[in-house]
Amino acid sequence: MSRIDFMQGNTACAEGALAAGCRFFGGYPITPSTEIAEHMAAKLPKVGGVFIQMEDEIAGIASVIGASWTGARAMTATSGPGFSLMMENIGFAVMTETPCVVVNIQRGGPSTGQPTMAAQGDMLQCRFGSHGDYSIIALSPASVQEMYDLTAEAFNLADRFRIPVFVMADEIIGHMRERLMIPDSVHRGERKLLGKGNLPYQADDDLVPGFPVFGKGYGVHVTGLTHDERGYPCATSPSVHECLVKRLVDKVESARDSIASCDIVNPDARVVFISYGAPSRAVEQVLHDIHNDNVGHLRLKLVWPFAESLLSRFSNAETFIVPELNMGQMAREIKRHTNRRVIPVPKLGGALHDPFDLAALVEELL
Amino acid sequence: MKGDEAACVLFDAGHRACGGCAAAMAARFILEAAGKDTIIVSSTGCMEVFSTPYPETAWNVPWIHSLFENNSAVASGIVASLKKQGRKEKVIALGGDGATFDIGILCISGAFERGHDFTYICYDNEAYMNTGIQRSGATPYDASTTTSPAGKCSYGNPRPKKDLPAILAAHGAPYVATASIAYPPDLKKKVEKAVNTPGPCYIQIHAPCCTGWGFESEKTITIGKLAIETGLWVNYEMEEGKVTRVKKVVRKPVEAYLTEQKRFRHLFKPKRNDAEIAKIQAIADRNAEKFGIDIKLKA
Repeated sequence: MSRIDFMQGNTACAEGALAAGCRFFGGYPITPSTEIAEHMAAKLPKVGGVFIQMEDEIAGIASVIGASWTGARAMTATSGPGFSLMMENIGFAVMTETPCVVVNIQRGGPSTGQPTMAAQGDMLQCRFGSHGDYSIIALSPASVQEMYDLTAEAFNLADRFRIPVFVMADEIIGHMRERLMIPDSVHRGERKLLGKGNLPYQADDDLVPGFPVFGKGYGVHVTGLTHDERGYPCATSPSVHECLVKRLVDKVESARDSIASCDIVNPDARVVFISYGAPSRAVEQVLHDIHNDNVGHLRLKLVWPFAESLLSRFSNAETFIVPELNMGQMAREIKRHTNRRVIPVPKLGGALHDPFDLAALVEELL
Repeated sequence: MKGDEAACVLFDAGHRACGGCAAAMAARFILEAAGKDTIIVSSTGCMEVFSTPYPETAWNVPWIHSLFENNSAVASGIVASLKKQGRKEKVIALGGDGATFDIGILCISGAFERGHDFTYICYDNEAYMNTGIQRSGATPYDASTTTSPAGKCSYGNPRPKKDLPAILAAHGAPYVATASIAYPPDLKKKVEKAVNTPGPCYIQIHAPCCTGWGFESEKTITIGKLAIETGLWVNYEMEEGKVTRVKKVVRKPVEAYLTEQKRFRHLFKPKRNDAEIAKIQAIADRNAEKFGIDIKLKA
């Protein structure tokens, strides 16, 4: 029997991870994400898992990468400054194709910024923050329910694509408390293991090689250096590097339409909001208040890779309005993919968009 | 104190520390000893936050908030540049135990190895208090924190406190000392000595936290004294790697210290855990033996 509970977003995130079979958490306290670590510290020992408080966020993500190679589902959680410290290791996880989940409860930046206030200022950092070309998946929960559901799903995506998957929440969603339906069980995908006779980095049709768990009879060289299909360092061959990096990007990008996850309201509308995370709550209020079929909403649950095909679902749209708690990070991406008008509605400082302001903007456009 | 000096308290009113905060007392004592020609580099942490609610900064000296992990590296740049300009200001890098024992140790180690002329002061309240009481490398054995919660699977923090003074002495630091806010004249003497000793010096100040440890705010000094009197904290000085001065005490059993604080309550309630209390007593006994702190009373 599923059950109804009432909890904080950060707690729901930790519960979703536990339900998905996460048995390792390595992390470091940082506002506004700390409740996730605290909940894991209390709960993981009871289910046979491991919680380690590491000495900083660099060590936090690195321990998660290590745990993942033992076959465990592993995660860390942080916020802006810690996220910045993790960037080199994120690239390492990408290059070594290590499945892991990184939760970022975003706060105001740059630097120490606004530790207790919400922001969405790390949306481009999560996509591009480590050096070199690569691709990742980022999810953005807009409710306590989605903190649970999307964190659980993040583990499946991480295992399927062998990449770091980001849960890009924000302080509002992390700290809000609301109703949550806890299902009996959540769908748990399997991490595809390396097949007998396959080379360690020989990809299948999905461009993802099977995973050789440490200690299970595979002889594998795991390295952040450019490597060939055998896993051998091969850092001076242009063709090996090009082939590897293209595959790392393509394994995610070629799946972007099939993994796209969103809510669509009024697909025939002329004016369409595009949102993710906390600003979605303000947009939902606008749609509820003005009750007009000419106003639509595309709410992204999966933000990266951005599936531009979603825009064509709104065939009558003249204008896309993109409210974000940043200076227009995803609006920039959306503009890249459409000739229609895109109006960013940036918001800084930690307060959510006022639905009245958004409604006034819509009325001007209709 | 002369009139003009009294008029300028270097760590002044305008901070928002909890009542009974030992870290705030430490800051005041540090600057009283170091004097007005001091530059402070402050890591992220309670002290950084409570001392600077703009526009009410408590600091009447130049002050920079670094990041969490890098105060010693920022201090390195300040010290090296001052030296090149022929200037003589004292530079103090100030951090809590999280910033010092955990996230910042890389930058501290680098600065000590390079031998910059500065003083690193750790106000040690034995956990991450700014983010809400998570364990650190300075958290004592069996203390309950939000990330080392006592319960069915645990008696609290499973590891003893890291011996950071020994680590920094091993870097060849000319002066390393421990102090306590319960003994201000001693603390101030040590700060004065450190800032006037060439090279990288380290002081670790025991700073009881009423909020994080769970005691009434008027008991900060009492708790600080009990830590010394039970041998769970030892005040000592090390010069060129050798212990040169130790505060001696007539020791009390560790329970006198433990029972005053909620973070150790699980060792006594719902029932007394003699085995764990004995392990903590053994830590005090080892400290006593190592530093020779016991005053032998005549029978």
